[in-house]
Amino acid sequence: MPTKTWMRGLLLWFALLCLAACHHGMQPVAFQSEGYPQKLSDWHIVEARDGVLQLNEGVVPYELNTPLFTDYAHKLRTIWMPKGVSARYSATDTFDFPVGTIISKTFFYPLPKNEARNATDVARTYDTSLDFAAPGQGLELANVHLVETRLLVRRKDGWVAIPYVWNAEQTEARLARTGDVQALTLVSDNGERENFNYVVPDQSQCVSCHAHDWTTRALQPIGPKARHLNRDYRYADGDENELAHLIRVGYLTGAPTPADAPRNTNWTDTHASLDARTRAYLDINCGHCHNPKGAANTTGLTLDIATPEDRHIGICKPPTAAGQGTGDHLFDIVPGHPDDSILPYRLGSAEPGTMMPEIGRSTVHKEGLALIKAWIASQPGECLVLH
Amino acid sequence: MRNACGLFALSLLLSACSQPQNTTQNQADASFESKLEQQLLDAKPGSVIDIPAGHYTLKRGLSLRTNGVTVRGAGMDKTVLSFKGQIVGPEGLLVNADDFTIENLAIEDTMGDALKINQGRNITIHGVRIEWTDGPKSTNGAYGLYPVKTQNVLVEDSVVIGASDAGIYVGQSNNIVVRRNRAEQNVAGIEIENSVNADVYDNTATKNTGGILVFNMPNLSQEGHATRVFHNKVFANNTGNFAKKGAAVASVPAGSGVVVNSNDKVEIFDNDIADNQTANVIISSYFSTNYYNTRGVAADYNPYPKGIYVYGNRFKGGGDSPDGLKLKTLKAAVYGLGGNFPDVVWDGYADPKIAADGLPPPDDRICIQGANGVLNADGPHDYKNPSTDAKPFQCSLPKLPPVALNPEPKV
Repeated sequence: MPTKTWMRGLLLWFALLCLAACHHGMQPVAFQSEGYPQKLSDWHIVEARDGVLQLNEGVVPYELNTPLFTDYAHKLRTIWMPKGVSARYSATDTFDFPVGTIISKTFFYPLPKNEARNATDVARTYDTSLDFAAPGQGLELANVHLVETRLLVRRKDGWVAIPYVWNAEQTEARLARTGDVQALTLVSDNGERENFNYVVPDQSQCVSCHAHDWTTRALQPIGPKARHLNRDYRYADGDENELAHLIRVGYLTGAPTPADAPRNTNWTDTHASLDARTRAYLDINCGHCHNPKGAANTTGLTLDIATPEDRHIGICKPPTAAGQGTGDHLFDIVPGHPDDSILPYRLGSAEPGTMMPEIGRSTVHKEGLALIKAWIASQPGECLVLH
Repeated sequence: MRNACGLFALSLLLSACSQPQNTTQNQADASFESKLEQQLLDAKPGSVIDIPAGHYTLKRGLSLRTNGVTVRGAGMDKTVLSFKGQIVGPEGLLVNADDFTIENLAIEDTMGDALKINQGRNITIHGVRIEWTDGPKSTNGAYGLYPVKTQNVLVEDSVVIGASDAGIYVGQSNNIVVRRNRAEQNVAGIEIENSVNADVYDNTATKNTGGILVFNMPNLSQEGHATRVFHNKVFANNTGNFAKKGAAVASVPAGSGVVVNSNDKVEIFDNDIADNQTANVIISSYFSTNYYNTRGVAADYNPYPKGIYVYGNRFKGGGDSPDGLKLKTLKAAVYGLGGNFPDVVWDGYADPKIAADGLPPPDDRICIQGANGVLNADGPHDYKNPSTDAKPFQCSLPKLPPVALNPEPKV
């Protein structure tokens, strides 16, 4: 009798152990120090299981105050680190992540409400209520269309970007080093439809944005900076500031309290100033190239958050190498005159060679464009040409 | 019936417009593109990517980020990468790498720049053809061959046709040789901008808006100086300016042979310059571009061309039909309706701070020898008091040393 009780206890203990170790049956996260695994599930970071896109134990989701626009896609971002190491805080730059860190970003669309939708119809919506996920939660695949998951993996020699594309069955994402093009249709709540090519960047194009410095050419994550993460996330056990959460789970050291860390504005926050919203928008959408060391430092136009609001950000600045991208306009920003300014012209184009950003979208971000135009319209003064 | 047909055609047109851009890529092209992308991704220092003869349609821009790679075709008319109908760009090929060589292939019809090399050392472009096959159009890509922020650059034996900005454009670079190229039907045939130590020789520039340009733009990483333009053929660059307004080259009048704008220490000699209908040589200041404003231009920017030396060229014709009403009026006022501008036209902007005895310091002067005249157009006063006095330009300047590429290219 005592033996039987002991046996039962052991079994229960094993069962509990298995639950903890094999999260929803997922094997432990597998950092791969080299090569390009063929399947996303080889990493055990995020997996489609039982109709849910699930995060593994220790995979921490996060959002940004203002995100990059990618053809209205929604994004599920995560960080995972091996035990016993953590990232070092920086007030201005990407945190210094330890070897072994895996960052993932899954691009997906909520499905349109119409029952009779085509397989390539996706919703154009800002409703993010179904986007939150954490270990133990997940994205219900019945509600979403998964397109791709990009990994940034911190290996011994630096960061490596690895793109994976989800299959039609939405059961697995496969390695796609040369990228992909998928014809999709954005469907608005009012039924309006817009066909577009969703472009998964090739591995080299990943570098176009993630090499913050085009002389060292080293890749860096863009989002995990203090000013982008200083916001709340709806975790499984309640709302918490993301910086505070990362500190609490041991993923971040050296950080001040969130109140003392910089914070970008949410670009949709109508209570915030037009200026703060616009600067946050330009910072995340343009600043990775348009910074003093980036790919676009050939242009003399800088758009990151640290840029003074003068010619450096484009006020009355003649373009350098815009070519046909000027749209017949003379200056990047003509104060008070968005329709005479190059910046909104290029944001309003979806044509390669004219549009900005150069890659990463095939549609125009109407709401972002409206914000930039309102910001320029509010600016005083003029560009007085000297002869 | 006719109405029905019209409606049908209209709806077809509408549906065509609302579809994602349809690309003509067939299976063979798709697998070629994917293979080439893979080769560029997997390239190691020392890799040679050989592209066999053939006409390939690509729909996505290519990029390379590994040092020491050679991309080689079977000839500029045999290996053709066509980007007609490109959906992802903006370039045809973007390179961010050192020790890069590209040769013997063509890149056609890119939506943006054709070949952009952004930051790299030891760049060789040899026997490459860049072409926008519908001829000059303002919707063509901006730059053909476009090394920017590069060191030790050779562009040779190449052809660029139809760029809506500059055919061969070397920007913010150092130690440059551009030789034996042909630039046709671009807005600017060859442009050296904000660059230091450039030799431009043995090139042919014709049917562009402006043949060979040496410019300095404001707000950039470095100011350019020390360019030698010699032994080139620069003739009949009379194509109407098809750049979009705002671009620096949009200010170039059609019919410009060699143009220096705001750049310093430029030597123009031993060229055949002929039949450029505004003027065979124009020397001008950033003021004449109509973009100069104090809010948008760095305070330390030098808008004046200084130390410009024109000598020993063979001029013929030109100056007979300048572009734009202002220049036409100026020509008629000074030379009569049937007269011509002389070989050299200067817009007349001089640095007021350094003028002493009415002349700039010796090394900053504009010296013209062997031309049939010089016109000071008096731009600062809207061309009211132009002068044909050639005396202020009778001088000489120390000659610039030749550019030596180091290391020398292996091609």
